Amino acid sequence: MTIEHPALAPAERAVQLLGGDLTEKSLRLNLEGLSGVDAVGLEQRAAGLATRSIKTTSKKWALDKIIELIDLTTLEGADTPGKVRSLVAKAITPDPSDPTTPRVAAVCVYGDKVPDAIQALGAAHGDPDDGLISVAAVATAFPSGRASLRVKLADTADAVAAGADEIDMVIDRGAFLAGRYGAVFDEIVAVKEACRRADGSYASLKVILETGELNTYDNVRRASWLSILAGGDFIKTSTGKVTPAATLPVTLLMLEVVRDWHRLTGERVGVKPAGGIRQSKDAIRYLVTVAETVGEEWLQPHLFRFGASSLLNDVLLQRQKMTTGRYSGPDYVTVD
Amino acid sequence: MSFLEYAPAPESTSILHLKKSYGLFIDGEWVDGRGQNFSTISPATEKKIATIATASPKDVDRAVAAARTAYDRVWSKMSGSDRGKYLFRIARLVQERARELAVAESLDNGKPIKESRDVDVPLVAAWFFYYAGWADKLDYAGLGANPRALGVAAQVIPWNFPLLMLAWKIAPALAAGNTVVLKPAETTPLSALLFAEILQQAELPPGVVNIVTGAGETGAALVRHPDVNKVAFTGSTGVGREIAKAIAGTDKKVTLELGGKAANIVFDDAPIDQAVEGIVNGIFFNQGHVCCAGSRLLVQENIHEEVVGRLKQRLSTLRLGDPLDKNTDIGAINSKDQLERIRTLSDIGEQEGGERWSAPCMIPENGFWFAPTIFDNVQTSSTIAREEIFGPVLSVLTFRTPAEAIAKANNTPYGLSAGIWSDKGSKILAVADKLRAGVVWANTFNRFDPASPFGGYKESGYGREGGRHGLNAYLKGAAK
Repeated sequence: MTIEHPALAPAERAVQLLGGDLTEKSLRLNLEGLSGVDAVGLEQRAAGLATRSIKTTSKKWALDKIIELIDLTTLEGADTPGKVRSLVAKAITPDPSDPTTPRVAAVCVYGDKVPDAIQALGAAHGDPDDGLISVAAVATAFPSGRASLRVKLADTADAVAAGADEIDMVIDRGAFLAGRYGAVFDEIVAVKEACRRADGSYASLKVILETGELNTYDNVRRASWLSILAGGDFIKTSTGKVTPAATLPVTLLMLEVVRDWHRLTGERVGVKPAGGIRQSKDAIRYLVTVAETVGEEWLQPHLFRFGASSLLNDVLLQRQKMTTGRYSGPDYVTVD
Repeated sequence: MSFLEYAPAPESTSILHLKKSYGLFIDGEWVDGRGQNFSTISPATEKKIATIATASPKDVDRAVAAARTAYDRVWSKMSGSDRGKYLFRIARLVQERARELAVAESLDNGKPIKESRDVDVPLVAAWFFYYAGWADKLDYAGLGANPRALGVAAQVIPWNFPLLMLAWKIAPALAAGNTVVLKPAETTPLSALLFAEILQQAELPPGVVNIVTGAGETGAALVRHPDVNKVAFTGSTGVGREIAKAIAGTDKKVTLELGGKAANIVFDDAPIDQAVEGIVNGIFFNQGHVCCAGSRLLVQENIHEEVVGRLKQRLSTLRLGDPLDKNTDIGAINSKDQLERIRTLSDIGEQEGGERWSAPCMIPENGFWFAPTIFDNVQTSSTIAREEIFGPVLSVLTFRTPAEAIAKANNTPYGLSAGIWSDKGSKILAVADKLRAGVVWANTFNRFDPASPFGGYKESGYGREGGRHGLNAYLKGAAK
């Protein structure tokens, strides 16, 4: 009797770690062999990190850093070219009253709005490391991911062709929960390939796990590991369309996976919590968690992002407070 | 600038209004002690905080007499529900003055403010709330209808959790209808003296609780006092043995909560990241000044290197320093004597072949400090695997099978607590069943709850504190 084990797409990381005979079976064994997560302990650790008290100079540094790490996002059915222009203007000049305010890392839009974003950015479009702003596009039938692979790949390729620097894809949670890890894996590998530009370079791929639908921390750890094996440049918590979105324990867990991956291979993978982070004090807790879990070097746009929209204005208000010594109101920051 | 060098975030001491000197709290009033006054200092700075009185044997007499009178005339005649009202009132006042108590505790003891604020003081309030609820339900304490109080309780507490140990002692004693003379530790009397102010604020009848300060002689005079009906002691096994001898042959009821050398057992199917957190919390919580600390790490040999590697990385992120800074993880060692003991035992550990590793951290110039330290390759015969160090020092031992883990865990003269880390529930239950320890934690460590009894086997003492069992220690059955 022979047992068939369908071979998986030979993603480089997975082949290096699991060997050349990359099959559904070998992937499953690897994922199921990961150590478990104790929910109580994980949440306790996250709560402990959240008690750090970040004051004065540290807080000032943190607020600027948060801005530099934001993917300023609009993902509405009602998005128009005007809305995108307004978002981009906010990304370039977050606080007109203070020219020292840093710019955000990227704007995040639906794939068909990429040309609008690029046009609005003009010369400001580029790598956040150079003080410029990237364009990220959600793709693969975001947010549900319920479409054929063909459609998802076309969705991705369109956004890349339009000039998107980063693709935020969603995993097939249905396949994952049904235990078809190989299908999820192959899809990520294929989307990664669809991120390839004509010149052979790749758009950066963020893999959204939608942790609110995966439900258990054990699932989140497996999905994180799987996404990294398949070639994701970032692992991202949520679409923002499902509750709960990003939470501190989930982000901590994903950071632990990234830390373990780095220890194992020396390679750095990014993490992006998205959805539900609205206040500066929450965002500071994430910075603390990053710094104390994977290290401070992760606090840079190519390794950590916040997917957020309303967070920016709260950070700006806090920043103004630190400069002027008094609180102002929502009318002292701009709406986008 | 490094973000991880968080800017200082000191808790303000302005909330604390300390007197220059404190007397003894006897019969609801402050009186001078007849012994030699002493100073209590902050172990983080070695600066004096206040002058403290020493109770002479005559002062102890006076305190016990006040407790006896209060018992005979007031407390034993009061209804349980009225006693409960006082306890509820105390619990609420502790909550109201929580920040002040936390600051005082960290100042005097050296523990980080985040622990006194988030663990010690909230548990103190919880203990009073819990036993307040029992005061009018003593018929259900397990001794049948109408159980009786014992009378006057002499209570001697240690310096590691000054206020929490006070609560563990006073709350059940008062709920059961006893009156109390309590002696806090010589190096940490401050929070008990602030607690005396809370008792005045709560208008607790005079003499129901008396607090006498002093060193070992004061404690000895108290537990040997002939008019004492109950002795409750938490502290070292050596002193516990002395107390047991001193009261042998008397009809005093006794509870002893002594030392420990707990095994923290990590199986290869454990949730590793949480286990590492649990190991850290088990031994580095309160600078390891915890009688139930998980000071012996028993790790399955096949994951030994991984666990130790992760542990070292985690320990490197711990922040040692000013106990009043809200970001401090490791505070000061409580006293010079204790620091000496930790150093001596660590040196022995090194001489006996343990591989010593200490977390890299800046040690402040003044005060008493000891960096979090791991000894790897420790054997069951090593001194540091057998003797209680009572400091931030972890011994790492390995095992191969659950049977070996159980044998090694039980191979100690102590038996206060133990921890088990595994994702497999059936294994946890099977192992816990065979551990000779009063408390066994599964996938957690150093968690306390007033409803849960706490106490030891063997040289860790006898009797239980907490829960219904803790109440029984202050009661006897109805007269037949």
